Amino acid sequence: MNLTLKIWRQKNANDKGKMVDYKINDVSPDMSFLEMLDVLNSGLILKGEEPVAFDHDCREGICGSCSLYINGEAHGPDRGVTTCQLHMRKFKDGDTIYIEPFRATAFPVIKDLIVDRSAFDRIQNAGGFISVNTSGNTIDANAIPINKHDADDAFSAATCIGCGACVASCKNSSAMLFVGAKVSQYALLPQGRVEAVDRVKNMVAQMDLEGFGNCTNTGACEVECPKGISLENIARMNREYLFANIKD
Amino acid sequence: MSGFFKSSIGRKYAMALSALFLMVFLLQHFAINILSVFSPDAFNEASHFMGTFWAVQFVLQPILIFGVVFHFVMGFVLEIKNNKARQKSYVKNNGNANSSWMSRNMLLTGAVVLAFLVLHFIDFWIPELNVKYIQGDMSGLLTDGEGFRYYEELVHKFENPLRVGAYVLAFVLLSLHLLHGFSSAFQSVGANNIYKKSMKGLAQVYAIGLPVGFIFIALYHHFNH
Ligand code: HEM
Ligand code: SF4
Ligand code: FES
Repeated sequence: MNLTLKIWRQKNANDKGKMVDYKINDVSPDMSFLEMLDVLNSGLILKGEEPVAFDHDCREGICGSCSLYINGEAHGPDRGVTTCQLHMRKFKDGDTIYIEPFRATAFPVIKDLIVDRSAFDRIQNAGGFISVNTSGNTIDANAIPINKHDADDAFSAATCIGCGACVASCKNSSAMLFVGAKVSQYALLPQGRVEAVDRVKNMVAQMDLEGFGNCTNTGACEVECPKGISLENIARMNREYLFANIKD
Repeated sequence: MSGFFKSSIGRKYAMALSALFLMVFLLQHFAINILSVFSPDAFNEASHFMGTFWAVQFVLQPILIFGVVFHFVMGFVLEIKNNKARQKSYVKNNGNANSSWMSRNMLLTGAVVLAFLVLHFIDFWIPELNVKYIQGDMSGLLTDGEGFRYYEELVHKFENPLRVGAYVLAFVLLSLHLLHGFSSAFQSVGANNIYKKSMKGLAQVYAIGLPVGFIFIALYHHFNH
């Protein structure tokens, strides 16, 4: 396939940046999207030009680093996949493909298509954990009976890979799907209940501090999330947050 | 609870509660208006009661005004905050791929409803205040003293096709506002059962049925007199 790529190029955080056009030929439909970019970059390097900087690590849909906004959608047109799992067969010969970084004030661009998502780490550090004494007398988690339904919901919430597609897709740049998933994965389990009040309060406070927007329930996040994290998690977080505030 | 309503989630609760209140109000408003189609007398009785009973006038009415003002001011506040959360927008964004037009344009549909409400206030409410509290006529009677004036006034208002047109347009936009808003309000207060099938149906019944009902009343009086 022969394609036209329109790619956001930005030298550094302070550069204004702009869209730049690239032609790329003989792209195999079996390539992944990132492989296609690798081919583009090899060509640029041979020509002595600066390659396009983009984030990636595992290339198998588990690390969440491949953050591209492709043709107006986070991780491109396919559903339930990250950019590294997106294949070129989802496009047609002659297509023009827009490739932009995830946009949110809380996710500033570092270079080209790479954004700084450490805001997510700070939210996680504010409460996305349980405090367990690991000094030799830890109880096996499997020794605690848990309702299957709750266990399944907690597990689904825990599959969030922190990619930020929810923020990127949301018209308000709201992080509520991510935070809702992180709050839920603990809120549903007895181990997580112990610190539930502080957790939801601290994580929401950090989320607000980072400058993410307010959820208006458009549901764009749920559709674009590569892990299918459900809006139910936002509703659960809202309940948790209300009750936590009533409690203290 | 300190700081609850300053948080993003607290604001969502506040927005949703004001919206839920407005939806209950709208239902009550409809219940009275539809009487005008079936029985002018019943409509007159109900209007006179609502217009003169102290608890409605001095307790519920101020709460309603506060609710409306709070709702749209909060709507604008949230819009400004949300725009700040993304200062640089996408060159290409495909919103249709993942969300409904209604959900992305709540401020637009809401603003049209607001414009209508201003018109509605000038049309019905200010003359009402004038008669009752400035001229001091609390009788609710026609100037010739022959029966209540409410039904006559309603029929008279809907004679003007321009007014009927504005009315229809406003309710179409209200319907779009509610097609997203109804279920959104429940999701905001944490009641996500709304996404289950039966509740989705209820959302559509309310969001389409009620505005269509209001439009029907306007057209009925326009063409029937
Ligand atoms: C006065 C003009 C109005 C304006 C400017 C306005 C604006 C808005 C905006 C911007 C939102 C989205 C905010 C958000 O979801 O966070 C919203 C939500 C909503 N509005 Fe309105 N609105 C108006 C009137 C009304 C009326 C008259 C009703 C109902 C009778 C109504 C019902 C709702 C509902 C149910 C929601 C969803 C609440 C939620 O998601 O939590 N609105 N409105
Ligand atoms: S909720 Fe989904 S889209 Fe958001 S960070 Fe987690 S995996 Fe990514
Ligand atoms: S590179 Fe790890 S999820 Fe795509």
